Amino acid sequence: MLKIEANDSHRVTLTLNGRERSGNARPRTLLSDFLRHELGATGTHVGCEHGVCGACTVRVDGVASRACLMLAVQADGRRVDTVEGLAGDDGPLSDLQAAFRRHHALQCGFCTAGILNSCADFLGRERDPSEAQVRDMLSGHLCRCTGYTGIVRAVLEVAAQRREQRQEERDDV
Amino acid sequence: MYAFEFHRASDIDDALKQLGADDEAQLIAGGQTLLQSLRQRLAMPSTLVDLGGLTELAGIERDGDALNIGAMTRHADVAGAAAVHDAIPALAVLAGGIGDAQVRNMGTLGGSIANNDPAADYPAGLVGLGATVVTTEREIAADDFFTGMFETALGEHELILGVRFPVPRRAGYVKFPQPASRYVLVSVMVAETDEGVRVAVSGAGPCVFRVPEMERALAADFRPEALDGIRVDPGGLNEDLHATPEYRAHLVGVIARRAVAAALS
Repeated sequence: MLKIEANDSHRVTLTLNGRERSGNARPRTLLSDFLRHELGATGTHVGCEHGVCGACTVRVDGVASRACLMLAVQADGRRVDTVEGLAGDDGPLSDLQAAFRRHHALQCGFCTAGILNSCADFLGRERDPSEAQVRDMLSGHLCRCTGYTGIVRAVLEVAAQRREQRQEERDDV
Repeated sequence: MYAFEFHRASDIDDALKQLGADDEAQLIAGGQTLLQSLRQRLAMPSTLVDLGGLTELAGIERDGDALNIGAMTRHADVAGAAAVHDAIPALAVLAGGIGDAQVRNMGTLGGSIANNDPAADYPAGLVGLGATVVTTEREIAADDFFTGMFETALGEHELILGVRFPVPRRAGYVKFPQPASRYVLVSVMVAETDEGVRVAVSGAGPCVFRVPEMERALAADFRPEALDGIRVDPGGLNEDLHATPEYRAHLVGVIARRAVAAALS
C-alpha cells in the first residue's frame, strides 16, 4: 500500500518515451501538469483541463488516455508515450506525422499532439479502418481549424500505406 | 482541486480498511467522472483510495448461463471481448458507445454504476438484462441497485466486485446520444430472457426505469410494431437545455422500437 499525505510530494518515476524519468508530485497533481512542469515535456498541450477537448491525450501503457483525467501518482511506474516520442531524436517525422503535414491535417497545431497520440494507438489496433471508425476515434478531440477532413485523409492514407508495407514484407519472405 | 490524501490499495481488504478508516474517503476507479468533478471543485474527498492496482477486479468470464464482468473492467475491454460478443452482443454495443475512445480506455463498469449518472449507459444495460451486482457484502439485483439520481443501494463501506449478467435469448441496445458529449439523451435496453421481456430506459428520467406496458406488449409479440401506440408519460422526466420531458418521452418510444429491431437483427 502506498500512502501520500495531502500536501506531501511523492517521487513519481515513469518511462517517458522509452526513458526513465522522475519528478515530484502531490496527490492532486495532474499527469498533464507533471509532464509539462516537472519533466519539461511541453509537447503535451493542455486545453480544457477537464476531459473534453482531448488536447492532452497521451498513451499510458500504450493506450490513449487524457493526461488531465489522470493523477501523476496514478502513472507511477507506468509507460507514458507523448508526441515527443513519435519521431526519433532529430530523426525524420513518423509516417503519421508526415501524412498530417501532406494533408494539411493541422493549422494552428494546438490539438495536434493529442490527436497524433490517439491516431497512433488507433492505427496499432485497426489495420483496415473505415472512415466512420476514424471519425468515431476523433470524436474524443476538438479541432477548431481543420474541420477534420485532412486528419481523416491522413489517417486513412497511413493505414493503407502500412497495409501495403506489410504485404510487401510478406511477399519478400 | 482541493487537496486530498492518496492511497493506492494493495488489495480489496486494504481498500475496505482505508474506506472504513475515513468517512470522507472516496474510491477512484477509472477516474473519468471523478477527476472532472474534483477539477470543478464539485467533490471534496479527504482521501482518494485508488483501485487501479487491483487487477483481480478486472476480467470477463463466461460461467454457464451468465457473463461475469469484474468491477475494474474498462469499457474498451467489454466492447472488444469475444466472450461479450458471443454471449450478449448488445452489451458490447453499449460499452463501445460510451463517451469517446479515451474515456472507454480508462472508465470502468464499477465506476460507472457506482456513480449512477442519469445519462450513463450502463444502468439501462444492467436493469434491461436483469443483472446482479456483486459486492463485498452481498448480491443486489439491478432493479434494487439504482435508487435515484446519482444514488445507489451501496453502503458506505461496500465495494463492487463485479456484475453478473444472465445471457438473454436476445437483446438490443440503442442510444440516442447528446451529440457533443455523447452522454445518453435516451437509451433503451430490450431483452428477452427466460423470465420474460425487460425494457429499461436511461437518460430520460432522474434514474433508470422499466416500462412495464412495453414489456407486456413485447412478451405477447416481440416485434417493433407491438410498441405502436404505447405512450410514455412525460411527467417526472428530465428537462434541460438538450431536451424537454415531452421530447424525451417521445424518444423512449422511438428508441425502444429501434432496440427491438436491433435485438431481432
